Amino acid sequence: MKRFSLILIAVGAIVFAQSCKMKTTEAAVSGDAASKVYVAPGKYDEFYNFVSGGFSGQVSVYGLPSGRLLKVIPVFSQNPENGYGYNEETKPMLQTSHGFIPWDDEHHLALSVTNGEHDGRWLFANANNTPRVARIDLKTFKTVEVLEIPNSGGNHSSPFITENSEYIIAGTRFSVPIAEQEVALTAESFKANFKSTVSFVGINQQTGNMGISFQIVLPGVDLDLARAGKGPSHGWFFLSCYNSEQANTLKEVNSSQKDKDFIVAINWKKAEEYVKAGKGRKMTTEYYHNVLNEETHTATSNIMKEVITLDPNELKDMVYFIPCPKSPHGCDVNPTGEYIVGSGKLAALIPVFSFDKIQKAIAAKTFEGDYHGIPVIKYEAALHGEVKKPGLGPLHTEFDAKGNAYTSFFVSSEIVKWSLKDLTVLDRVPTYYSIGHLMVPGGDTKSPYGKYVVAYNKITKDRYLPTGPELTQSAQLYSIEGDKMQLLLDYPTIGEPHYAQAILADKIKGQSVKFYDINHNKHPYLAKGEKETKVVREGNKVHVYMTAIRSHLTPDNIEGVRVGDEVYFHITNLEQDWDIPHGFAVKHADNAELLIMPGETNTLKFVPKKSGIYPFYCTDFCSALHQEMQGYLRVSPAGSNTPLKWYMGKQDTTAVAAK
Amino acid sequence: MKNKLSLGGRISIFLVIACIATLWFFPMWRIDLAAPQYPEGIYMNIWINHLSGDVEIINGLNHYIGMKTIHEEDFKEFVYLPIVLGSFCGLGLLVFFWNRRIGYYIWTSIFLLIAAISMYDFWKWEYDYGHNLDPTAPIKVPGMAYQPPLIGYKKMLNFEALSQPDIGGWFYIIAGGILVGVCFYEWKRSKKKMA
Repeated sequence: MKRFSLILIAVGAIVFAQSCKMKTTEAAVSGDAASKVYVAPGKYDEFYNFVSGGFSGQVSVYGLPSGRLLKVIPVFSQNPENGYGYNEETKPMLQTSHGFIPWDDEHHLALSVTNGEHDGRWLFANANNTPRVARIDLKTFKTVEVLEIPNSGGNHSSPFITENSEYIIAGTRFSVPIAEQEVALTAESFKANFKSTVSFVGINQQTGNMGISFQIVLPGVDLDLARAGKGPSHGWFFLSCYNSEQANTLKEVNSSQKDKDFIVAINWKKAEEYVKAGKGRKMTTEYYHNVLNEETHTATSNIMKEVITLDPNELKDMVYFIPCPKSPHGCDVNPTGEYIVGSGKLAALIPVFSFDKIQKAIAAKTFEGDYHGIPVIKYEAALHGEVKKPGLGPLHTEFDAKGNAYTSFFVSSEIVKWSLKDLTVLDRVPTYYSIGHLMVPGGDTKSPYGKYVVAYNKITKDRYLPTGPELTQSAQLYSIEGDKMQLLLDYPTIGEPHYAQAILADKIKGQSVKFYDINHNKHPYLAKGEKETKVVREGNKVHVYMTAIRSHLTPDNIEGVRVGDEVYFHITNLEQDWDIPHGFAVKHADNAELLIMPGETNTLKFVPKKSGIYPFYCTDFCSALHQEMQGYLRVSPAGSNTPLKWYMGKQDTTAVAAK
Repeated sequence: MKNKLSLGGRISIFLVIACIATLWFFPMWRIDLAAPQYPEGIYMNIWINHLSGDVEIINGLNHYIGMKTIHEEDFKEFVYLPIVLGSFCGLGLLVFFWNRRIGYYIWTSIFLLIAAISMYDFWKWEYDYGHNLDPTAPIKVPGMAYQPPLIGYKKMLNFEALSQPDIGGWFYIIAGGILVGVCFYEWKRSKKKMA
């Protein structure tokens, strides 16, 4: 026994010695961190933080500095929680030229801007897998528009936005043959057929509606990330790219051979001129444009048939390539618009390019050659300078208002603060673990709010209580108010957080809609009051005009439906008060519930497979008598002649409808 | 001419009419309600000729306890009150031209009578509204009535209610103050002159 405890002590001593050698993560948090992120119950956060949901396809909304999850906005994935993509009204939002697609991979977000500053109108999001962009209305926090992008694969460099929200862009990470051709997968075929495209999606300044203004067709490279110029560089767009080797297999190795890939500089004002002058080529294609009407509460799909393409080989002075070391990822423009920071994933330095020098190099034609006919500016001629030995695996850079840059390092798992003035490293903090994007509130605008930098991490391992093999991803909040960055908070996120945006809450909280005015509800199956409820048979389609109000559904007893019928429950929430949604579900319905906001109408399609009695009920605990908010649907066998009948309480709604 | 009104007394007639006139522009009464689910509060304004505020929300909530829904059409007061108050103002002009102290006393009495009848009517409506409950109401609390307070604060189930005059109501009260004050002053003056 004694020997056993000796062994234990020895083991304990070794463990202790080991842990002393390694720096512990707790040591990184200092005493007053808690008070800096504490937002007392009932108090509001200072910032809305919109975070991409990655492979969840959605966008999450957090409060900063508390890190509290406020909402998940369904965008590119179905959401059974509120019926998005399941109810008849929102199914068209997920329609594409390849049918209904219920999922996507959402990476980047862009808040609308005016003069390079957040204006609180819209939030744009990209879908990487089936190339699409979406627009979210910041009054209702609802996805109101989805636009498919043709001639694209891997819509990654998207939806970055220009200074006055003129355009968001959509660049291809996976170059593909134009017009969806089917071609051989060989090295020769790749070089001959595969192209990258950069789509400029114009934004209607009044309605926010999106449309593809033009597509610039580039040689087949992997366009990765992008930023619009601002201030002096307004009118230009900068995109990073890798695989200038044009490999089509084992890209891990074959795309990493060249010492330098490129930053693509696009003069989009010039492109606009070419389009205006009719120099674009009209190309027949097919893509979907889905728009939600907030008065009918219904989305419709329009099939678009044409895009205008621009070829930089024919149309000169529009596109230039700038060499950038080793497979660049992030491509970020500082608040003044003068500097463009490229981040070579495999580089041991960070090059900073000068817009002024790029312009001079173009004017003097200081080119080192061309890449598939497009001029390549000499590296040195465009370079402002390099940040030496910043860390391993630089990915993304954000800025504060004091002339500092913050770059994330995936491999060395840290954020490095450096000065734009003299390109020296000022501070570094570890992240837990393997940071991808980072975000300074307003850090991509002309006037960063500063105050915090948030790290979005890929790996959490031991950071939280273990939950089996599948672990959450995370965010870490750091204060950047002092000279040294200070870790304040660490919290889990939904899906995989890529890029994020944050806006001062005061800019948008006052415009948040509380409920929909039922007098403006123009839904074709609206029942504006219980007197308008009815059940209508049209062949084998049965339309139920139903209302919900605390605490009953009208009608709540329905007979005369037969097996083989398609039943459409059109539920109008009659409430006109804040935070009184009603839910609706039917037993054995093979989709999801409805969650209907006050003044809104939503439709659940139900195709009963067997005869019987099907209870339905309100799924959102709406009131003291919520549990009583239920009813029955009688489904008779196919071919039977049970008369169509419906009622609620003493009210014989059948008789009312008969009049 | 000892029965005539003083200059101040005559001017006060227009002040009183001006105060009463505010009732056409501002609500006379206000009932505020607050509950845990309504931290922002809901309210109802009573004007001389209509209701405003969260009437529909209040109706929605009250169906649980079987209270009658509130509808403007049910209030004949909204027809009578403007007529009565308008006539009262017209009467004021007569008092002004007649220029007799006794006229002013009568005018004041009419005012107090209107006030008393209105308050009684309001109380009666509140009593009826709070006591005449639908016997099939989902929530029945034995012995519980839901009569809102005539004036002041009262707690009813999860709701707190505060009933008080609104801007127009306060001007009505000021009008009352002026009338009573001037009557008193005129009465003093008349006694002095007799002495």
